[in-house]
Amino acid sequence: MPTRVEPKPANPTLDAHIRKTFPSAEHGFSLEVGFIAAPGFTILFGPSGSGKSTLLDCVAGLVTPDAGRIAVGERVLFGADTHDATPPAHVPVAKRGVGYVLQDLALFPHLTVEQNIEYGLGHLPRAARRQRAAEMLQEFRIDHLRQQRPREISGGERQRVALARALVTDPSVLLLDEPLAALDAATKAKILDDLRRWNRVHGIPILYVTHSREEVFALGERVLVMDQGHIIAQGTPHEVLRAPLQETVAQLAGFENIFNVTVESVHEDRGTMMCRLAGREAGSNVVLETPLIRAAAGSPLRVGIRAGDILLAIIKPVGLSARNVIAGQLVSLERLDMTISARVDCGVEVEVYLTLAARDALQLAVGCEVWLVIKTHSCHLMREEDSSQFPVLSSQ
Amino acid sequence: MSIDWQAFRLTVELAVVVSAILLVVGLPLASWIAFSRWRWKFLLEAMVALPIVLPPTVLGFYVLVALGSQSPLGRWWQSLTGHTLAFTFPGLVIGSILYSLPFAVQPFAASFSSVDRKLLAASATLGASPLRTFFRVVVPLSVPGLVTGMALAFAHTMGEFGVVLMIGGNIPGVTRTVSIDIYDQVQASNYAAANAMAVLLLVFCFAVLVVVYGLNRRTLRQGSWMMGPVK
Repeated sequence: MPTRVEPKPANPTLDAHIRKTFPSAEHGFSLEVGFIAAPGFTILFGPSGSGKSTLLDCVAGLVTPDAGRIAVGERVLFGADTHDATPPAHVPVAKRGVGYVLQDLALFPHLTVEQNIEYGLGHLPRAARRQRAAEMLQEFRIDHLRQQRPREISGGERQRVALARALVTDPSVLLLDEPLAALDAATKAKILDDLRRWNRVHGIPILYVTHSREEVFALGERVLVMDQGHIIAQGTPHEVLRAPLQETVAQLAGFENIFNVTVESVHEDRGTMMCRLAGREAGSNVVLETPLIRAAAGSPLRVGIRAGDILLAIIKPVGLSARNVIAGQLVSLERLDMTISARVDCGVEVEVYLTLAARDALQLAVGCEVWLVIKTHSCHLMREEDSSQFPVLSSQ
Repeated sequence: MSIDWQAFRLTVELAVVVSAILLVVGLPLASWIAFSRWRWKFLLEAMVALPIVLPPTVLGFYVLVALGSQSPLGRWWQSLTGHTLAFTFPGLVIGSILYSLPFAVQPFAASFSSVDRKLLAASATLGASPLRTFFRVVVPLSVPGLVTGMALAFAHTMGEFGVVLMIGGNIPGVTRTVSIDIYDQVQASNYAAANAMAVLLLVFCFAVLVVVYGLNRRTLRQGSWMMGPVK
C-alpha cells in the first residue's frame, strides 16, 4: 500500500490581501483587508454586516475579489504571484482545498451522517473512503450516528458532523462562520476541545467568525476586529481590549472593567469560585464570587465586568441575591452624554455607569463612601493569554 | 363495444417515449433555467412555456411545416430515410415533445430552484464538480418535482389531440391515437365506441396519476428530509 502523501505545504500560513466592492445605489459595501493567519485559531470578530462572511467567501472562492492575493503557504489561490510573471490565478472552489463550515452547516439532508462525511472523498476508492470516514466519525465522537440523517440528530451533533465533513478532506485552511452560535456553552466547549485536538496534529490556519465577545475570550489566540469592511484592530483578545486602538474596539469588547484575578477557592457544589483581584500591591482585599469554570485554585485568570452591570449604593445594602458587595470610595464622576461614569476605588479602580437621575437621587460627590453590588454572573471570566487551558464559560 | 387496442397501445407507446426523452432533455434545460444568471434567460423561459397557451393547432401547423420536405430538417430526414417526418411516428414524437415540454420542465426547474444554495456551496467546497453536485445533491432533493413533471408530461401526451391531428393525421397503427380515434368515432356517430375509448383513456390516465402521486407521497414520507419536526 502506498502511503498517503500529505499535500500540505511546509509553511501553511494563510496570507490574504483583498479588495471587493459591492456597488449599490444607496449604500455600497467595500471590503478591504490584509492579514496573515498562522496555524491555529484566528478569530474574525465584528458586528453583523462588517464583512466577515464575505471575507470567508472570498477565501473559499465563492466570491471573487476585485483585486488582491490569497495564498496558503506557497500556493496561490487567487491573484497574481508577485515573484514571477504568471498570469492571475483563480483556483476554482472545488480545487482550493479550503474547508468551510457555513453558519447553518448545510448538511446534505438526504444523506446519512456517514454519507455526508464521505461526500468530499469522491476521488478515493470505496474502501479508502469508508476507512477515512470511520476515522473521522471516531475522532469527532459521532460513530453511533453514522446511519442517522441530519434532521434526526441534535444541534451539537450536527455541528460535529459538519466539522468532520469539512476536515475529512484534509483542507489546508478551515473557515468557520459562527458555527457554534446556537449551542450552549458546555456543548460548544467540548466541540472546540475536539477541534483543537485535531488541529494539534494537522496544524492548519482556522478562521473563526463570531460576533460573540465570550467566544473571543474563550478561543483566545488571536483576534482580528472587523468593522465596515476593514480590520480595525488585531492582536490577542486582551491586547485588543486592554489598549483599544479605536472606539469601535472598545464598544465591541464591551467590558469597561478588566482585572487580573487569582482563583482562591473552587466551590463545585455551589457552582461558583472565589477569585482575588490583583491590586496595586501584591494583592487586594477584594474577593469576587464568580461563575465556576474549569480552573484550579491558584491559577491566574482575567475577569471582565461591564460598567452598566454594576449597582452602586450609598449605604451598605443587605438582603440581596447578589454575592459581591464591595466597599469603596468614589474618586470621579464624569458625564458621558446621558450617562454618568463613576470611578470607584476599592483596591482597584472600577468604572460604574449611572443615570443622571441616579446621581442626583443619591447625591453623589467625589470622596463619598459607596458600595458596589456585582452579581456573580456579571463576572465574565477569561483565559490568561499564555494559559493553554481552555475554560468552559459558565453555562446558564 | 369495440375497443381499438391498437390505438391505445400506440398512445401509451408515444407517451412513454415522449416522457423518457423529456426526462433526458428536461434535466439540463431545467437546471439551466434554475441556475443560470444570464440576463436574457426570461426569453427562453417564455419560449418553454409557450405550448401551455398556444392552440395545439398552431404548434402543430408550424411543426408540420418544419418537418415537411420544404424545411432543412425535413430534407435531411428524407435524405436519410427516404420519406418525410410528417405523418410518421417519429414526427409525432417530435411534436409531442415540444407540446409537453413545459409540463416537464417547469416542475423540474421549480424544484431545482428550491434546493438550498448553501448546499451547492458546501458541495463545491468539498471538491465536487458542478456535475457531481447536480446528480448527488440537486437531483435527489428534487425527486418529488421530477416525478410530478414526468407524470404531467405523460398524462398530457396521452390526451393530446390537436398536434397529433396536424402532424400525424389518422393512420391506424402509425399515428392514430386514442383521442383521434374518439374524434373519428364521434364523427361517424359511433357513440358507443367513442364512449368505450373515452372511458378507457379516463380510467388509465387516472390510474397512472394515482400511482404516481401515491408514490410521490411515500417518497416524501420515507425520505422524510423535508417533513416532520426537526430535533
